[in-house]
Amino acid sequence: MDVFHLLWLVPTFPLAGFLILALFGMKMPSRAIAWTGTLSIGLAALLTLWMGLHFLTQPPDGHHYRQVLWTWFDVNGFAPTIALYLDPLSLVYIFVITFVGFLIHLYSTAFMRGDEGYARFFAFMNLFVFSMLVLVLADNLLLLYLGWEGVGLCSFLLIGFWYRDPANGYAARKAFIVTRIGDTAFIIGLFLLVKQFHTLNIQDILMQAPGVWAVGATGAFWAALLLLGGAVGKSAQLPLQTWLPDAMAGPTPVSALIHAATMVTAGVYLIARTHVLYSLSPAVQSLVAIIGVLTLLIAGFSALAQHDLKRILAYSTISQIGYMFLALGVGAWTAAVFHFMIHAFFKALLFLGAGAVIMAMEEEHDIFKMGGLRKKMPMTYWTFLAASGALAAIPLITAGFYSKDLILFDALASTQGSVYLWLGGFVGAFITVLYTFRMVFVTFYGEQKKPIAHNPEHERAMMIPLVVLGVLSIVGGWVELPHAWAHFTPFSHLLETTLPATTLKPGMESNEWWLQLLTAVIVFIGIYLTWVAYVKKPAMVTAWRETAFGRACHQFFYKGWMFDQLYDVLFVKPVVWLSRIDEHDFIDYLYEGFGRLNAWIHAGFSRTQSGYLRWYLLCIAFGLLFIFSLILFV
Amino acid sequence: MTLTWILLILLIGGVLAWIFSGWSRWIATLAVLIDLILALQLWLTHPIMPIPQHTGMVPNWIAETQYHWIPLLGASFHLAVDGFSLLMLVLTLFIGLLCVWISWHDPVTRENTGFFHFHLLWLIAGIAGVFMAMDLLLFYFFWELMLIPMFFLISVWGGPQRKKASLKFFLFTQFSGLFMLIAILALYLLHGQQTGQYSFDYADLLGNTVSRAMAGWLLAGFLLAFLVKLPAFPFHSWLPDAYTQSPTGGVALLAGLMSKTAAYGMLRFALPLFPEAARQFAPVMVVLGVAGILYGAKLAYAQTDLKRLIAFSSFSHMGFILLGIFSMQELAYQGVVVEMVAHAISITGLFFIAGMLQARLQTTGLDAMGGFWEYMPRMGGVTMVFVMATLGLPGLGNFIAEFLILSGTYQVHILWAVLASLGLIASMIYALVILQRVFHGKSRQSLSQADLKPLEGLVMACLIAAIVWVGIYPQNVIRSVQPVVQQLKQVVDHRQTAVDQHLTWNGYTLLK
Repeated sequence: MDVFHLLWLVPTFPLAGFLILALFGMKMPSRAIAWTGTLSIGLAALLTLWMGLHFLTQPPDGHHYRQVLWTWFDVNGFAPTIALYLDPLSLVYIFVITFVGFLIHLYSTAFMRGDEGYARFFAFMNLFVFSMLVLVLADNLLLLYLGWEGVGLCSFLLIGFWYRDPANGYAARKAFIVTRIGDTAFIIGLFLLVKQFHTLNIQDILMQAPGVWAVGATGAFWAALLLLGGAVGKSAQLPLQTWLPDAMAGPTPVSALIHAATMVTAGVYLIARTHVLYSLSPAVQSLVAIIGVLTLLIAGFSALAQHDLKRILAYSTISQIGYMFLALGVGAWTAAVFHFMIHAFFKALLFLGAGAVIMAMEEEHDIFKMGGLRKKMPMTYWTFLAASGALAAIPLITAGFYSKDLILFDALASTQGSVYLWLGGFVGAFITVLYTFRMVFVTFYGEQKKPIAHNPEHERAMMIPLVVLGVLSIVGGWVELPHAWAHFTPFSHLLETTLPATTLKPGMESNEWWLQLLTAVIVFIGIYLTWVAYVKKPAMVTAWRETAFGRACHQFFYKGWMFDQLYDVLFVKPVVWLSRIDEHDFIDYLYEGFGRLNAWIHAGFSRTQSGYLRWYLLCIAFGLLFIFSLILFV
Repeated sequence: MTLTWILLILLIGGVLAWIFSGWSRWIATLAVLIDLILALQLWLTHPIMPIPQHTGMVPNWIAETQYHWIPLLGASFHLAVDGFSLLMLVLTLFIGLLCVWISWHDPVTRENTGFFHFHLLWLIAGIAGVFMAMDLLLFYFFWELMLIPMFFLISVWGGPQRKKASLKFFLFTQFSGLFMLIAILALYLLHGQQTGQYSFDYADLLGNTVSRAMAGWLLAGFLLAFLVKLPAFPFHSWLPDAYTQSPTGGVALLAGLMSKTAAYGMLRFALPLFPEAARQFAPVMVVLGVAGILYGAKLAYAQTDLKRLIAFSSFSHMGFILLGIFSMQELAYQGVVVEMVAHAISITGLFFIAGMLQARLQTTGLDAMGGFWEYMPRMGGVTMVFVMATLGLPGLGNFIAEFLILSGTYQVHILWAVLASLGLIASMIYALVILQRVFHGKSRQSLSQADLKPLEGLVMACLIAAIVWVGIYPQNVIRSVQPVVQQLKQVVDHRQTAVDQHLTWNGYTLLK
């Protein structure tokens, strides 16, 4: 039997898990909840692996497989289907979603133990995985939008998981509403595509678009720009990046799965999926690259100033997705997807490691109140270090080097690349090293400032995911070696059946050595500098922060370049003001006023019925006078 | 014959419920259930609705009954259903049944129980009649028949300000209804003068040749009644009072179904009778629709009372219906019909929740609520579904509706579609207030045994099943109205003449 016929089962397992937990979760024992929640994802992951192996060895015709489940609706030939579409791009995504998702679920069984909302947690997580799978497997944009909103919902529910604290509710609401702003741009883009193509089937649109629109056509420009709006919201890129740091209010596994590995990269997926539209509108594609560079710099600087371990990672995620956007913007489609995969491994690991640290520190998030955890938590330390190395892109031995280096090279060498883009990415890489190793040194080195209450190193369910992801953060990069070394590039080879290859400027390949050497040098300089600043002479940093300029810089970066404050003044305050001034609906006053006027006239006339004869006689007299005057004089 | 029975069972059931007050809940359940089965059977036996024939504009009826009523005037008791009417009929009876059930535990219905059910059943009968009447005088008769039981439901079983609310409701709807009556009579006379055949029958009056100026006035008469009933901006002033003061069973019928009779009236009568005039009115109506969407959302966000918030959210969604009807695109028409179904279900769900909370807390003020997830997790989960439906989450019915309406509108008026899309953001902002202020946060009071009772659970489960079904497989809804919609589109397009071209708009002309 053809294994691809089972594709529908991949999203169905998590959906079944969700339904079981939602309907019966309240009465199930916690062990059964953990099994249901984890097994549903585990089965999906196994099926995906099996299917993936099949795909590599005996790919289906044309390197894609389409499974139509039913027609959603059909209005005069506009008939979106509920159909799944598997090609190398969606394969990479579903592999990461189910596999990393499974590890995070496994981790959560121990991490969330004892929480009163245990069943609710796994129900929402399963629903999330289901929605995310629908998002990446959807064969048309409307179904993709269903998954897109579904993951937004789960993100909202899980950020506000501990619902008693209004701050969590605020963060959840903020995430949902800010992404919704992007989503609205996205759906307007869908209206445009419906009008133009009378279908939302992705492959049909990609096929027809070059015939309908010339390069640089207005239609293509708007379509690409509006879809970019959605991508920017979901992937927390400039200018809609403000929700992600606050989203850290959710439980840590949620941050690992949703706000690092999978959901926030949906924007990358969307752009890669609709790459033809971007190729048709070079202006928007350049915008993607510029947004990427600006975001990676802004978020990198912000990460440097944070104290909260999870917020550092949040800004780092924004920054790394900035790299993916940069890659998309210069037409390095496969490099973006490659970095997505590697980033999912090491960033999920960083969050899971952070979760273990925070658990050991009894919910302490401030890294300056930790310290010296290297000895007590060796397994967490080593895996965290591996992931940090990958994030900082330590040459040769970490996976992050291979993926980030490819992006930096393409930012310069691709036909759409430029020195400025490369320079932005290069500076960003240096900052990445700084904030990464600042985090590592402050958390794990120095004196221990707080005793460990409950050491998670004994929890096997938490340590297995750390080790597996740690290994992947090291070896994951070997599926795509730099051109300068060897022509061993199975990853991009696979993806190039779907995505176009990167076109390089002539004669650039020979320069790759220099670039690599340069990055290697700054990585080591960066590590050395942070080591000096935070381990050897910590007084130096404190002194700098005491200066007026230092404090201002720190505050500015700490608050994420004051975007929240800016938006508060520009949007939030006016909206709230607008709703407050007219709470009782001024139109109602018009009608009520009309009613009052009648009542007033009524009252006035009824007062004339006083019962005094002299008053009536007077009125009659005046009336007669009036009538006679009318007759005589007019 | 079935159609007459559907009405008679409700009317007789109402009288019986009044007489046998102790059994009234069971009598009401039985009456509506039998009707629902009759209607469903009719609907399911016609899975593929008759294809319209291009010879005339009169639809092919699935079932029809006609009796003499006032032959002297040319008015007859003419009931008929096509896919559209039948869909609305099934919806009415479905929601009606749930209203009977949800009132079971409602403390306000413990007084005068029999009389309450009498009004409830007669109200359902009135709504069902509106959806079936194919004689304009009869239509007006049912239109008014809805009004009276609703008035009593509010003024007898309503909240503390019920007198004012019911009076306001009565004045608005009655006053606007009179304009429709004038329009109907004028149409009857004009048509009679022209053809010599005096008749109130829908089929006879379709294709009338009233002059362009006159048609505008007649349409205005019809529209006034419909816009008030919907309600559309700026005729919504009666809505928050009537919705908040009405008992739970009544408000679901009011918000869920009576507002849909207005949309139905526009699609069934106003547009087909006066297509050219409707095209001329369209720009204004589109603007009113968008204004309603945004202004309603703004008002909803400002409220501190749960029922008022939901009431304004309903007003906001009615803007989508108005927008869809007057953008005159097939996609949008289909969206309107799906919205009629989906909004009826979702708003019923929200008002039921508000009603259940009111029964438990004796208030609907949001300030008294918070942290209820702890005490009523099931109700919280149910609320989440309807809140998500309200904010247009894909997978639930309202999304399909709003997507179709907006993408239909976008075909012709890009700017207004974009402005209306802002309503999607706004709806999220106010809808999350419901979820977060009621169920999240710290609890201010402890409740015991507050979660859903079995019957309430059943009612909510039915609604959830319905809204999910419309969300993931709306094809049943779409297919049953397809002929009607296509015919309507033809009528609206067909009578477009050269004069129209510069009088009205098409394409993107609203601003250009």
